[in-house]
Amino acid sequence: MPKIKLPSKSPHIDMTPMVDLFSVVLTFLMLTTTMRQPEPAPIDTPFSISDKTAPDANIMTVLLSKDSRVFFNIDNGSDTSFHFKGKILKEMGTRYNITFTPEEVKQFEAYPSSFGMPIQNMKSFLNTKDAKERATLQIKGVPIDSTDNQLAMWILSTRQINDRVQTCIKGDNDAPYPIVKKVLDILQDKNVNRFNLITNLEVTKVTQSEE
Amino acid sequence: MGEIIQEEKQKGGKRKAKHHSTHIDMTPMVDLMCLLITFFMLTTAFSKSKVMEIALPEKKPVANPPQVPKARIVNIILGPENKVYWYPGMVENPKSPPPLQETNFSDQGIRKLLLDRNKFLFKKVAAFREKTIKENPTMSRDSLLANIKRFNKLDDSGPIVLIKAYKEARYANIVDIIDEMAICNIIRYAIVDINYVEDGMVKTALAGSTPSANPQK
Repeated sequence: MPKIKLPSKSPHIDMTPMVDLFSVVLTFLMLTTTMRQPEPAPIDTPFSISDKTAPDANIMTVLLSKDSRVFFNIDNGSDTSFHFKGKILKEMGTRYNITFTPEEVKQFEAYPSSFGMPIQNMKSFLNTKDAKERATLQIKGVPIDSTDNQLAMWILSTRQINDRVQTCIKGDNDAPYPIVKKVLDILQDKNVNRFNLITNLEVTKVTQSEE
Repeated sequence: MGEIIQEEKQKGGKRKAKHHSTHIDMTPMVDLMCLLITFFMLTTAFSKSKVMEIALPEKKPVANPPQVPKARIVNIILGPENKVYWYPGMVENPKSPPPLQETNFSDQGIRKLLLDRNKFLFKKVAAFREKTIKENPTMSRDSLLANIKRFNKLDDSGPIVLIKAYKEARYANIVDIIDEMAICNIIRYAIVDINYVEDGMVKTALAGSTPSANPQK
């Protein structure tokens, strides 16, 4: 019986098209990406049917975490050429008699996420790079007691420096109502009556009610 | 002559040395790209977050608060553990408050109730939307919304919803109920502080529901 000779093929696959494809995907991702910033506390936003997208700039966000801590963020952490963040920090410094060095202001402008600590801790927060130490400094959140209402001061300073600022509230599903109420009251005391509540999109179909 | 032959020989030798395959092994490159793509996919925030707009009334005391017909008022009280209570009208006599009715956040719960009460306006708006889609599909979203707003302003039949949150309510409940307002196209609603009568009503409702709920489990 004559043997059939199979043509011996090399097991190598031509990877070139795969590389092409990957390059395209990679380029796309690199160009469209906006890095997700790590938040000091995990916040699961509730769902709603609203399909309005959040504004990019000129916003201040008050974050409410599950454990009743309050965080504050200006323009999603990014800073524009107006250097609002630095000015706001300096304004806060004059209110609380803390002088921030130019390096500290620079650090604050570059800090990409929300923060939550008494302003007295801001200096040590800006001077450390250690993530753990930063986390321990943020255990308390921004104070909102009536005796030491620093959130109100942040809101006031932000609105003084940037008068086009819009307010967003990003709350966790399980944030208790009293803290929400308190933050809303503080905002209203400072004459902020329009808010954007940050939510996730959920599609619901409304059925016509029966006759 | 000798030199030329030598040159030819050298050329030939070079050719032999060059006889490699032109294929480059792409596998490491693919590996690297896979890693990078995974990294970017995980760190990227594709969809921008959505926002829900609410406007609260100013906190100044009003000299002449507008009179609202009692029949149109619906009080919704957000209780603990995602419970929703409601009662119509107002508390006439604080000593014998009206009983709270329990409902939930489902389609058949609070939404049915609100849609029932807001039937007239909801149908009008829904019909208008459909008509626009059929007859004038080029109408811009803004002018459509403006038209709907006009309907809403003229409306005098829909319910006036007062949203009150018990102290154990969660943030998600508030967002949910405001969302229900948007779904049911209710224009007149307000987030109000809970008063002590209603606080007591919730407590009695909670006390009443726990013993009956436990044996079922």
